Amino acid sequence: MKPLTDVTLGAGSTNKRNRFWFKAFQQRYLYMMSLPFIIWIFIFSYVPVWGWLTAFQNYKPKNAILDQKWVGLDNFIELFQDDRFYIVLRNTLAMSTMGLVVGFTVPVIFALLLNEMRGQIFKRSVQTISYLPHFVSWVVVAGLVSKMLSTDGGAVNQFLMWLNITDAPIQFMAKGSWFWGIVTASDLWKEMGWNSIIFLAAMAGIDPELYEASTVDGAGRFRKMWHITLPGIRTTFMVLFILSIGHLVSIGFEKQFLLGNPLVSDFSEVLDLYALKYGIQMSRYSYGTAIGIFNSVVSILLVFIANGIYKRVTKESII
Amino acid sequence: MQGTIRRSTGDKVFDTFIYIFMAVVAIVTLYPFLNVLAISFNDSVDTVRGGLTIYPREFTLKNYETIFGFEGLLVGFKNSVIRTVLGTLIGVLSASMMAYTLSRPDFQARRWMSVVFALTMYFSGGLIPGFLLMKSLGLVGTFAVYIIPAILSVWNVFVVRSYIDGLPYALQESAKIDGANDWTIFWKIILPLCQPVLATIALFIAVGHWNSWFDTYLFNNRSAENTTLQYELMKVLLSTQTGSNYRDPNAQQSIAAVSPESIKMAITIVVTVPILMVYPFLQKYFVKGMTLGAVKS
Repeated sequence: MKPLTDVTLGAGSTNKRNRFWFKAFQQRYLYMMSLPFIIWIFIFSYVPVWGWLTAFQNYKPKNAILDQKWVGLDNFIELFQDDRFYIVLRNTLAMSTMGLVVGFTVPVIFALLLNEMRGQIFKRSVQTISYLPHFVSWVVVAGLVSKMLSTDGGAVNQFLMWLNITDAPIQFMAKGSWFWGIVTASDLWKEMGWNSIIFLAAMAGIDPELYEASTVDGAGRFRKMWHITLPGIRTTFMVLFILSIGHLVSIGFEKQFLLGNPLVSDFSEVLDLYALKYGIQMSRYSYGTAIGIFNSVVSILLVFIANGIYKRVTKESII
Repeated sequence: MQGTIRRSTGDKVFDTFIYIFMAVVAIVTLYPFLNVLAISFNDSVDTVRGGLTIYPREFTLKNYETIFGFEGLLVGFKNSVIRTVLGTLIGVLSASMMAYTLSRPDFQARRWMSVVFALTMYFSGGLIPGFLLMKSLGLVGTFAVYIIPAILSVWNVFVVRSYIDGLPYALQESAKIDGANDWTIFWKIILPLCQPVLATIALFIAVGHWNSWFDTYLFNNRSAENTTLQYELMKVLLSTQTGSNYRDPNAQQSIAAVSPESIKMAITIVVTVPILMVYPFLQKYFVKGMTLGAVKS
């Protein structure tokens, strides 16, 4: 009896294997359309993570990655002992928090007001105009911002002087204390309209019967905005908000790179710029990688913390 | 609707407030562009007098003539156009191919491939390992560094996939019965039906390519033949910020007549106009595409 079962089992698995290859052959076009990209994604997304090893080494480009001097946590210890690191971390967190608060409240208000507009043509035009800056590069935006804020004839200074708020032009770009505000305002100018798209779409998805019912109950316009429209976009808002919290430390560096100058570097340098300066310009690859790892780990932690808080408050999970 | 029945004074005040607010938004958004446009068409000596708003005082085309004499700018323009066209074609095709295979419920490898893709949204190697990878692949100092690392965007794959998921599956099944293979189904049925979503991601990819400058800064700052338009603008921008002039050895005489300020503005317009001409026509598509992507994630 025993050998017999073995035989049938063996036959069954060969059969199964054959079926697998048969089906794989049938789906050969699907494999041809997807496998090249899987290989690509391994090279360009997974191999760099393998490169994290360099953070624990004293990496010299002439040797292979496993043929390096291992130094343990030395790079991280040096990082945490560097005073500059804390200044950079402060700048990063300050600008990302300001960006998060302003970048979420203003687009919601903008979408709310657009949603209340009656004139369709004017509404459409404002929307189209408000999307425009999103499509323009940060290089261009940085140029426009420094033009508008310039001390000789910049529109902002002219306007402030016309209002008699200031007698002499303010040197916006030369004072570190202005820098965080300038970055936040430029970001808002660029992305407000774009970020409102999703909220507008969520508002369009609210059941019109809710509004009708509340009209019957005698609710005014503001009550409807407060009790129907805002709760209607809550889920969308929370999902986007929690995802953005994950990006608190990795806010990119384009704005800071392009708007900053040596005069304000104590306020403009962010983690990625710091990594760029040490890692590539000074060729200290291991140290630069350590900064990158710090970045990734904090991002993931922040997403889980934010999701945990949200879960506790609403009993729902985002991730 | 609500207003036609009964509009109180408070309602009217609020409506007026909205209109004023929106007008301010429109002006604040447009003014910088119009101001730059005016300066770019204004005589550069006259510009120094200041006070230009949204129309040129002394109209001239000299600023544009000057910048089109810059060798670096022309090369950059050519490279930006090529990378945008090529990169968009490749990006759209690869995202839709990958999305189609992931949307096929009967595809064997669908599960693990989806996981491989989704994981990359949570981590990234970071700046330095990425740079070292490009170096070891020999991509530094080549034009290919603009195309190959940007072949696919995971985000776009998911956007297209959720669109394909919304199409009736019966279409594919009946094509299969008629003897079409998977490639034919993709090419003849899925792609034509996906036009709206493909227009959306094409716009995103094209804008991304056109606007990117950092890859030039990082990988091609020493190879002048691979420069891009945005990078050239960045160089002008940073050099005028620090006070020195943008110098191009081939254009020494003409630069004397035109101030760096006017040059900067003219280049800004050249860089911006192509986008202005495209995006309003694709608006209805990208608004839908944005929503689709957000719902999925």
